[in-house]
Amino acid sequence: MAVILAALLCGALFGAGLAVSRMVDPAVILAFLDVAGDWNPTLAFVMAGALAAAAPGFWLARRRGHPALGGDMQVPTRRDIDARLVAGAVLFGLGWGLAGICPGPAIAGLATGARAFLVFVPALFAGFALYALYERLAARK
Amino acid sequence: MSDFTPLSALIGGAFIGLAATGFVLLTGRVAGVSGIAAGLFSARGREFAWRAAFVAGLIIGAAIVVKATGIKLEVRSVASVPGLILAGLLVGFGARLGSGCTSGHGVCGIARLSPRSLVATGVFMATAAVVVFIVRHVMGLPTWP
Repeated sequence: MAVILAALLCGALFGAGLAVSRMVDPAVILAFLDVAGDWNPTLAFVMAGALAAAAPGFWLARRRGHPALGGDMQVPTRRDIDARLVAGAVLFGLGWGLAGICPGPAIAGLATGARAFLVFVPALFAGFALYALYERLAARK
Repeated sequence: MSDFTPLSALIGGAFIGLAATGFVLLTGRVAGVSGIAAGLFSARGREFAWRAAFVAGLIIGAAIVVKATGIKLEVRSVASVPGLILAGLLVGFGARLGSGCTSGHGVCGIARLSPRSLVATGVFMATAAVVVFIVRHVMGLPTWP
């Protein structure tokens, strides 16, 4: 129960942050990506604020070695750069550059009722499902 | 350089970072939205419940900001419906294949100086910038048709 409540509260803080920082506006994202146009560094400042607040957290979590609500640490440990990582990032970047929307803002943005998110989010989940299918097919070989 | 809002960006960013900090200290997990949301398909019981709670929290948190502060959230999307569907499919599949998105790699991964996340973030940002360059400056369009 405590884990569910923690997830709800952290999710809400995350969603509030995405709204306050205007990451739910695709025009702000695309203007950051448009380095040859009227460049808008807002996203870089969001990342700077987020990293400043998250870096001590991950450092502390690593030092403590176990989560406060029990269970084991599930922070990824892999360090190798493989083709899947790069290919995935390329596909992600293609989609992100087309619409200026990524998963966090897409889901948080549902709160606005904007049509863009009502179309994007089902497609996003279809993309997740397609990957699960791909993984199952790849595992069978 | 218009439409630049550094103060709300830093404050909102700090909220996001604090959420990631709280989540890893409490649950031991990375606050990566694509991983959490995609897990809804296969998770059962408690595992499903916390994932659903996080996803619901994202929407509730944004809704609270709108209601409590009266900030009018602008959503200036010019993408067509087929464009949005194509983008959603690419973002969803790519985030899973690449083990993360802007939150998992871009925030949580870089915060812990993960080499995989540094590479992934560099690659998806560069790729997205190339797409925007081609659409806006080579094709001369406001968005992908």
